[in-house]
Amino acid sequence: MLRGTPFHTRTAPLCQAQNWRRWAGSLVAGSYELSHEREYWAVRDSAALFDISPLYKYLITGRDAARLLDRVVTRRVSQCAVGQVLYTPWCDEAGKVIDDGTVARLDETTYRLTSADPNLRWLHLNARGLSVEIVDVSERTAALALQGPLARRILQQVSPADFDRLKYFRLAHTTVRDVPVTISRTGYTGDLGYELWTDAAHAERLWDALMDAGRGYGMTPAGILALDVARVEAGLLLIEVDYQSARHALTEAETSTPYELGLGWTVALDKGNFVGRKALQAEQARGPAWQFVGLEVEWKSLERLYAEAGLPPQLPAATLRASVPVASLGRQIGYATSLAWSPLLKKYMALAHLEAAHARPDNLVMLEVTVQHRRRYAPARVVTLPFFNPERKRA
Amino acid sequence: MATTYDAIIIGGGHNGLITAAYLARAGKQVLVLERRHVLGGAAVTEEVYPGFKYTVFSYVVSLLRPEVIRELDLPRHGLKILPLPSTFTPLPNGDYLAAWDDPDLTRREIYRHSPRDAEAYEDYGRQMFRMARAVKPILSMIPPDPTSLGPDDLLGLLKLGGHARGLEARDFYNLAKLMTMSAADLLDEWFECEPLKGTKSASGIIGTFLGPRSPGTAYVLLHHYMGEIDGVFRAWGFAKGGTGGISQAIASAARAAGVEIRTEAPVAQVIVKNGRAVGVALENGDELPARYVASSLDPKRTFLKLVDPGLLPGDFVDAIRRYKIRGSSGKVNLALDALPDFTALPIRADGYSPLHRGAVSISPSVDYIERAYDDAKYGRFSRRPYLDCIFPSVIDPEMAPPGKHVMSCFVQYAPYEIEGGWDDARREAFGDAVVDTLAEYAPNLKSLIRHRQVLTPPDIEQITGLTEGNIFQGELALHQLFFLRPAAGWAQYRTPIANLWQCGSGTHPGGGIMGASGRLAALEMLKDWR
Repeated sequence: MLRGTPFHTRTAPLCQAQNWRRWAGSLVAGSYELSHEREYWAVRDSAALFDISPLYKYLITGRDAARLLDRVVTRRVSQCAVGQVLYTPWCDEAGKVIDDGTVARLDETTYRLTSADPNLRWLHLNARGLSVEIVDVSERTAALALQGPLARRILQQVSPADFDRLKYFRLAHTTVRDVPVTISRTGYTGDLGYELWTDAAHAERLWDALMDAGRGYGMTPAGILALDVARVEAGLLLIEVDYQSARHALTEAETSTPYELGLGWTVALDKGNFVGRKALQAEQARGPAWQFVGLEVEWKSLERLYAEAGLPPQLPAATLRASVPVASLGRQIGYATSLAWSPLLKKYMALAHLEAAHARPDNLVMLEVTVQHRRRYAPARVVTLPFFNPERKRA
Repeated sequence: MATTYDAIIIGGGHNGLITAAYLARAGKQVLVLERRHVLGGAAVTEEVYPGFKYTVFSYVVSLLRPEVIRELDLPRHGLKILPLPSTFTPLPNGDYLAAWDDPDLTRREIYRHSPRDAEAYEDYGRQMFRMARAVKPILSMIPPDPTSLGPDDLLGLLKLGGHARGLEARDFYNLAKLMTMSAADLLDEWFECEPLKGTKSASGIIGTFLGPRSPGTAYVLLHHYMGEIDGVFRAWGFAKGGTGGISQAIASAARAAGVEIRTEAPVAQVIVKNGRAVGVALENGDELPARYVASSLDPKRTFLKLVDPGLLPGDFVDAIRRYKIRGSSGKVNLALDALPDFTALPIRADGYSPLHRGAVSISPSVDYIERAYDDAKYGRFSRRPYLDCIFPSVIDPEMAPPGKHVMSCFVQYAPYEIEGGWDDARREAFGDAVVDTLAEYAPNLKSLIRHRQVLTPPDIEQITGLTEGNIFQGELALHQLFFLRPAAGWAQYRTPIANLWQCGSGTHPGGGIMGASGRLAALEMLKDWR
């Protein structure tokens, strides 16, 4: 049997839809209600509570903790302040992305790395000769994400932390009611939001405290389906959907460098040696062959394609995780990997890999759509990610 | 004068039947001669004890070539491969290690034993997959002779070279390691958990007279990774009706193509006239003429028993004599009143434990298997053998009366020759060693046994005709694979005698219910026909 998360006793009775999804070998709700729509709107209009416990989490401690991380990830960990969090990918020797996640500096010599795939072995392989201890705390750490414009006000009800001073990508060690937690101002929605980390033994009490505090604010527990729409709006990548881990890939063509994923900003080439540096240096000098961009489908044209078949436009109900060809002048020049209708922006948007020559903003490309079983192409405009970037995210 | 067949195939095992079917599909008049009353060779299902069907010798399928299934339309002839979803290794301390058919569950399970191995397991699997994918096309390829300048051989070598070039550098290095290392050394590079290494290393020794620490066994690991069911690599299955079900399906396809099959028709000799095979003589004295004769028997039986060695080149006879075909395994089949209850994962309310649907492997550590090998090296059967067991009746309920069960136990090591020689007492002692070993993990087993069939290598040889009871018709050692199988210069299914062909597992690629030898031999014969 697959396991639930430490919150399962709380989430299971709430999950009316019974549409459990598998995430890193655990069960999490796809949506709690039959439709994920209200849960999505909670992210953008009030607050949504996500169980993100299935993330892999590693505590890295010791004199060389920062050195190990600097050796593995592309960002400069040595300059990460205590209480700071970094989003970063990491690569293999060929500079191809293996995984992405966050590095949080919990204290002087303790870091927490989160990842989508197991990375214990990779960390150990790179820790030879370093004075560092790596502990897999995936199962004993429970985690929730409280995301949405009212998230701060809800937390203020139950936690003494100074949320006005807790900046974007910073963390605080505090309590929620009497539960010791670490709260980081991070998330996967591109909105104002926080992630709460605690010992699995406290999971149920933390959940209860937040559900209680959120009651007057329209907070709702939310599942993967709502999260999946929000993260596309936020232009955030999903492993095995928007890119293939170099560790799983069978061919080189399946893999991507950070530059090809729009993550060039995370690559600190001048920080000293790290896994994949040489290859990434060459890639930077050469310029990446691919770019990861947003596409906005031109609504009128889409409407016309459907009208020709006597139909109104039909959009995927949730984020479509599929590879959809993108063409220009009859030649395929890329592929979209996540496609979703944004209820907030009223746009049909896609995350796509395009050949670099076609990737400049405002360029017009053709996205394949299937209209009544027939292949059609809808014009779509290249846009800079993210699609949605509210001021409150950082404010 | 009897009819002159286009081809007579000696031996109604899976490869013999496959060669026959392909030839018949090409319009040839083909006769298959089987010594026993039942078709299938070592892939037979027999009701040895009333109501209980034993998959007597071979018991699982993984390597059966997809092109054979497709081209002979085997599903239409009754082939059903049912899932065999797990491998369960009970441990002496009462715990167990399991690999389930779900990567998340398996990762969790290994994580219990070693967090690092849990991840390494997936990386190891991917690496083996990549290499198996790279090497696999060789299975469907007629081995080119590297010393020949013939166009087919050059083309084959070119294909091979192109293939090696397509390998990524890291895979090429890994392949070189696989070709030379022992299974234990290779697994040490990846894992720390003993039961995991033990269980994995077992696939490196099956059918060889080698231990997990013997060099060369790493390659055999890869051989097993080349198995594929419905496009899924490293998939194992259980054929409906046991492995005899596969033979029946192939026989049905062969008959549908017009093949004539005679059972209880043992061949005494290949008739050779003027250096050319012209037919066969049966043990009952009948002579049957044919344009072509193909033997699916193992090389020793074909060239040292059915053919007058005087008709063969001396160096070839010498090579065949040296061909390693040591028997190393036995088989114990049990008819049971109920399923045995394993202490490590007891039977639940529904009458099963999840382990009963898959394989049970007695392989708690590499040392355990190596010690089992030590016994064999010095002329004894293993007192505590490596066992690979399945419960066919759990997967296919028609294998035993309702509520009753059959259990199939592959046992290694059991040398062909033991100190003092095999006799009835030693056979029973061997059977006892197997049951005692299992009873250490499933104490109620002994009380459930209604009937027991114990097969030693000489028994396997006597019943199936496989020399020394070797299940692969010759060990899967690098020096007798590909263009060296069974002998240098004679890997293209031909023999030194014109019109006498070989089509059994003793030819490339050999081993397991694969059917590639039978198919490739037929294709090569048909080329010759033109």
